[in-house]
Amino acid sequence: MLTDEASSNGQAPEVAQQLRDQVGSFLAKYDPKTTERLEFVRARFDAGLAWVHYPAGLGGQGLPRTMQKVVDAEFTAAQAPTNRPERNAIGLGMAAPTILAYGNDEQKKRWLRPLWTGEEIWCQLFSEPGAGSDLANLATRAVRDGDHWVVNGQKVWTSSAHMAKRALLVTRTDPDVPKHKGLTYFSVDMTSPGVEVRPLRQATGEAEFNEVFLSDVAIPDTDRIGEVGQGWAVSTATLMNERVALGAFQLPREGGMIGFSAATWRENPEKRTPGLHDKLLRLWVAAEVSRLSGERLRQQLAAGQPGPEGSGAKLVYARLNQEIADFEIELQGGDGLRYSDWSMRRPEGADFYGRDAGYRFLRSKGNTIEGGTSEILRNIVAERVLGLPPEIRLDKDKPWKDLPR
Amino acid sequence: MTVQTEQRQPDMTYSETETELRAAVRSVLEEKAAAADVLARTESGETYDAGLWRTLAAGIGCSGLLIPEEHGGAGASFREVAVVAEEIGRSVAAVPFLGSAVVATVALLAAGDTELLGGLADGSVTAALAVPFESMPGGLPQAKVRIGPAAADDQDGTYRLSGSIAGVADALPADVLIVPADGVPYGLYVVQACAAGVSKSPVISLDMTRQLCDITLDSAPARRIAGGPEADSAIEDALRAGAGILAAEQLGLAERALDITLAYVKQRYQFARPVGSFQALKHRFADWWVAVTQARAASRYAAACLASDDADVRVAVALAKSICSETALHAGQEMIQLHGGIGFTWEHPAHLYLKRAKTTALAFGTPDRHRASLAALVDLPAAP
Repeated sequence: MLTDEASSNGQAPEVAQQLRDQVGSFLAKYDPKTTERLEFVRARFDAGLAWVHYPAGLGGQGLPRTMQKVVDAEFTAAQAPTNRPERNAIGLGMAAPTILAYGNDEQKKRWLRPLWTGEEIWCQLFSEPGAGSDLANLATRAVRDGDHWVVNGQKVWTSSAHMAKRALLVTRTDPDVPKHKGLTYFSVDMTSPGVEVRPLRQATGEAEFNEVFLSDVAIPDTDRIGEVGQGWAVSTATLMNERVALGAFQLPREGGMIGFSAATWRENPEKRTPGLHDKLLRLWVAAEVSRLSGERLRQQLAAGQPGPEGSGAKLVYARLNQEIADFEIELQGGDGLRYSDWSMRRPEGADFYGRDAGYRFLRSKGNTIEGGTSEILRNIVAERVLGLPPEIRLDKDKPWKDLPR
Repeated sequence: MTVQTEQRQPDMTYSETETELRAAVRSVLEEKAAAADVLARTESGETYDAGLWRTLAAGIGCSGLLIPEEHGGAGASFREVAVVAEEIGRSVAAVPFLGSAVVATVALLAAGDTELLGGLADGSVTAALAVPFESMPGGLPQAKVRIGPAAADDQDGTYRLSGSIAGVADALPADVLIVPADGVPYGLYVVQACAAGVSKSPVISLDMTRQLCDITLDSAPARRIAGGPEADSAIEDALRAGAGILAAEQLGLAERALDITLAYVKQRYQFARPVGSFQALKHRFADWWVAVTQARAASRYAAACLASDDADVRVAVALAKSICSETALHAGQEMIQLHGGIGFTWEHPAHLYLKRAKTTALAFGTPDRHRASLAALVDLPAAP
């Protein structure tokens, strides 16, 4: 790792050592064994050791993003209390970069600390029943009333809404202009009157997601992120971070979906057939190559040579998850006919690999839809990476209110 | 260093030196191996481009990349070799880079024979390992060449080889053949291609940009360079390098086929629109491009593992050869289909890419055979 950094940044070894020293002094002051968790993570934020690539005063020190792993490694080695990032994936992965890019100083000060410490879970109020792939068609209205806005509408596919304190919200503030121009972006307090969260039960039986109904919800204008009418640009920034977050996790060989099939294959000689063997090896190769592609992407980013490859990573990941899960249930044979539990439950986060083969088979069907359908992602690759002509559009110049729907 | 929380992975990016080498090779190939030149050569009397090979070998030093500096080479690694292979794949140029600068050179280096290295490095000698192109690391077919009695006036250490080898790649332009031969002593032998008793018969090949030949040896004089397990291991190393670097060639082929086809659909109009504006085609291009990015990771991983003799090198080569073969073949097929009628003509280079792609998929182990070898390497045993 350090050699990679050294090649792209001659200062890296010294900076890394300084960071280790800082963590050392911090741990001397806040004993990870005895300090209460919340106190510990708040102090870590205030010491600029939360996310070192964020600015000073906001949990960071303005260092390259690659330096974060130095700090994380030290805290992990000390078995320090964490900010439980798995409970606030949308907050950390999407809300924070959006606030950093488009929020004003007061908003950054107010929101980033409780976000990072996990005291305030965030969710994302984007998709609507009438605005999925065509997000810019959204109809949730925000109408200005003095120093605040009144919001009415319905959002859907909201993870973590039932646990969230705050949400990213994109609304329509001007129906008389073309659809991308009439949007405005807010942060909304999920405990405000008029916010109703209902579980959205999915094909697997449980409800990871929610529907959120907004009825005359009042949002202070001070919670608007970006300018009035700038909501599309801010939303795009959020969604770019979603794709980065989705493709970013690092796994060892067989660490993903393929691991279940490989283990089942090894442990159950009686389930092996020549046809399944051929399929298994094809999938194993594809999964390992996809993993290496992710690794290569990380190496490119670390070396300061980001390429467009990330756009394709989610396409491959989603397709492979489905193919492998489909294979696994076939490999299971009779065991594949049984399902763990259809009862309605409320998991805390998304789990693509949890429970049994049947669950994985069903949950993977969401992978090619959530975070951009594979069809939309192919359009994006074709147009933005390969420079092919854009789709013919009938909706770009007409006022939003005049579009057929 | 403190705690390592991440797995250490070989570097799969391209270094600055590699990027510079690529630019140098590409500019030569663009000038001397344009599509029309490559096509014309397939129907000429000399299907390998000796002039181009001299420029690449002597001018840029491509033939000596793997050869240590003390023997006149560049002392570079498989990472640089893979970059040159990508460029040759992009142009489907008819040069014996893979056979001479990779496979034969690795065989000689592994056998510890230094006599030919200087000539290989400066491009004055071209060599080929005399095995069928479909030979696979770990699965070499039994040698059909036998060792016979030396002639009365032979110098000490001269052996006489007789037999035949079918379908050898890059042997047509080779001055030297490296021949696995059976009998006593079993081993690896160097045979001068111009010696009496050596005949090379050109094969009408599926891929005429790398024309195969059948080799017949009739009491041909030979010098022994390795015997027994050392010979086996030299051949094994050479074939593994061949398979891994061929994957890089396939990557380059797939990438260039994509570039050419993409440029075509942007300027080809039907129904008063560029055909590349139709979503049915755009999605195919997106999938194709994604496949190339995946192949690149596999190919770079194989090159990096070969370069550092990583413990995972067998897995890496099997992964790369199986995935890059399929990516290249898909590219060759898409190139023809997405060009429509012009793509099926002789004058258009698409068929050269398809033929190179299909041939390389069969060479040095098919995707299926490489997957079968993975089964043993990663403990996914076949059905009983």
